[in-house]
Amino acid sequence: MRTTISVAKLRSQFVRDVEEISGEDLLACNQCGKCSAGCPVAAAMDMLPSQVIRMAQLGMTEVLQSRTIWICASCLTCVARCPKGVDLPRLMEALREISLRSGASEIDLDRLPPDLVRELPQLAIVGGFRKYIK
Amino acid sequence: MSRIGVFICHCGINIAATVDVERVAEEAGRMPGVAFATHYKYMCSDPGQSLIRQAIAEHGLDGVVVVACSPAMHERTFRQAVAAAGLNPYRCEMANIREQCSWVHQHEREEATAKAVDIVRTMVEKVKRDEELVPLRLPIVRRAMVVGGGIAGMEAALNIADAGYPVVLVEREDRLGGKMARLSSTYLNFEAAPGLLEEKIRQVLEHSNIQVLFNARVTKLEGYVGNFAVTVEMSEGPRTEEVGAVVVATGWDPYPLERLPEYGGGQIPDVVDGLTFEEMLRTGLQRPSDGRVPQEVVFVQCAGSRDPEHGVSYCSKVCCMYVAKQAMMYKERVPGGQAYVFYIDIRSGGKGYDEFVQRAMEEYDVLYLRGKVSKIFRRGDRVVVWGSDTLVGRPLELEADLVVLATAMLPSREALALAQTLHIQADQYGFYSEAHPKLRPVESLTAGVFLAGVGQGPKDIPETVAQAAAAAAKVIQLFAQDAMVQEPTVAYVIEDLCSACGACVAVCPYGAREIHPVRPIATVNPALCQTCGACVVACPNKASRIHNWEPVQVLAMADVVI
Repeated sequence: MRTTISVAKLRSQFVRDVEEISGEDLLACNQCGKCSAGCPVAAAMDMLPSQVIRMAQLGMTEVLQSRTIWICASCLTCVARCPKGVDLPRLMEALREISLRSGASEIDLDRLPPDLVRELPQLAIVGGFRKYIK
Repeated sequence: MSRIGVFICHCGINIAATVDVERVAEEAGRMPGVAFATHYKYMCSDPGQSLIRQAIAEHGLDGVVVVACSPAMHERTFRQAVAAAGLNPYRCEMANIREQCSWVHQHEREEATAKAVDIVRTMVEKVKRDEELVPLRLPIVRRAMVVGGGIAGMEAALNIADAGYPVVLVEREDRLGGKMARLSSTYLNFEAAPGLLEEKIRQVLEHSNIQVLFNARVTKLEGYVGNFAVTVEMSEGPRTEEVGAVVVATGWDPYPLERLPEYGGGQIPDVVDGLTFEEMLRTGLQRPSDGRVPQEVVFVQCAGSRDPEHGVSYCSKVCCMYVAKQAMMYKERVPGGQAYVFYIDIRSGGKGYDEFVQRAMEEYDVLYLRGKVSKIFRRGDRVVVWGSDTLVGRPLELEADLVVLATAMLPSREALALAQTLHIQADQYGFYSEAHPKLRPVESLTAGVFLAGVGQGPKDIPETVAQAAAAAAKVIQLFAQDAMVQEPTVAYVIEDLCSACGACVAVCPYGAREIHPVRPIATVNPALCQTCGACVVACPNKASRIHNWEPVQVLAMADVVI
């Protein structure tokens, strides 16, 4: 399928929401790829961090289906290194926000294995509420 | 008896690792007529040269053989060195045992050494018979011709004229300004091109040292540096201009749209090239098909460039920058509009250039898409662009109102013919070839013919202006000399032997030979002679000779090694 690029998509509600929630200028990113190059969990992602912001730039809502936005740990390595000062974790957060608002929770608490819950630090569970639950 | 000095160079290990330089020195010392022979690590270095000068004084040498590299490399160096010691420079010769010996016989030390000794032997015999020559001094016509009245030609003409030398500027059209006259504005500051140009044109037309010939074409160039006769064809007939130097500034033509059928070039009216879009920016942004103001504009970079299959493998260099400028200007005119740019790479090298492109992205929301467009076609009254974004790895489709192709810069369509007329070289595309890509970028290989502007290769306005000023400086440098100094080792005629048969005239590739208009002899124009020796071979009477390449010398050289 050929992806359509149009003014309507570039200036869609989706792009406006991402920019408003993240507070980032999407077009400031010039796609150098340094975030992807240094991301410690990029290998576990289905899409590189730089591709996530690229799809957001192009108004491609299918970026919300990507596992990358959930795998991002907001470790801020990319922010520290971005030559254009783009705060990519804020963008990831915005995409998670939009995804959660429009759909279901990413994690169903009731289905977490009790053994895992016992072993997880409390801080992780609280953080998980914030990141994964509607 | 001659008193010749032989100086053998190790050239570091270039020679010494293969040739036994000590043995060559010993053997040379025993050759008849050799008064002194030695060897040294680098003869071309300051200590090496002073070693030669001291030996000339101490041993009363009357000739020098430097046994080292090719004369193309250091003949001038060593001739200057011996001249400083009071010896006539033409009594110094190079015996090449590097390119013609050590480099080609690296695994045959014994044979290489024997060959080196033989080479020295021949040059010793030559120097014994070398005449003391004096460089030729030829007059200079201190008037320049500039071919092409674009920004390059005008800049060169103004620089030469301001230095006080008359200039004749030849323009094929009936106006000055060239391609720059078709631009709306220039990057980086959006300064209006017509304004910048009008000032230049006024300066050229009002300059008392500049004569402009409109509707004129150069059809013939005769003579040589300092003394050219150029035939210029005009509507009122041909005229001949006597000049000492020529600056070629014939510029460029855009790649024809018709040669890009996959982009709808020449088929779809709303697919235009960069120069046409410049015109639209000047006269009103209405698309060709229906006069509507385009709301979405797609720019396609590398349209024809970097595309060997389309015959242009080079980068046209200016497109990345002017596309950014055009997209920004478009946004200024149509604030609600959207500009897209398809690119392979963004080449924005230059002071402030990359910042300019980044501004297009950030401040003007120009969307850059990485990938070359594959196809452009019509859908209703819109133009569909099929491209890709290799950054996300998706094929793309875009509907636009107007597509601007940043087509390749080609050399002016008349450049190849003009190169032949001016006896200068051009590359496979028709761009004039510079004498050296790094160190002689504004000179052609023909002395006295200089290059400026896009005719030599794609470049933008500031680069063109810089090159034009450099070409003008070369012309001024030439004109500032008292006379043209030329090597005296050229052909001459022993008049008593010459029967004016004309064999030399027919064989000379440089047009240096003529039959005397009155007397029954052949003559040599020493300024044109390149010392090739063709006339010497052709002459049935041995009347054609070359100074310091006399038959007696060549035979003596052969005698000692055969």
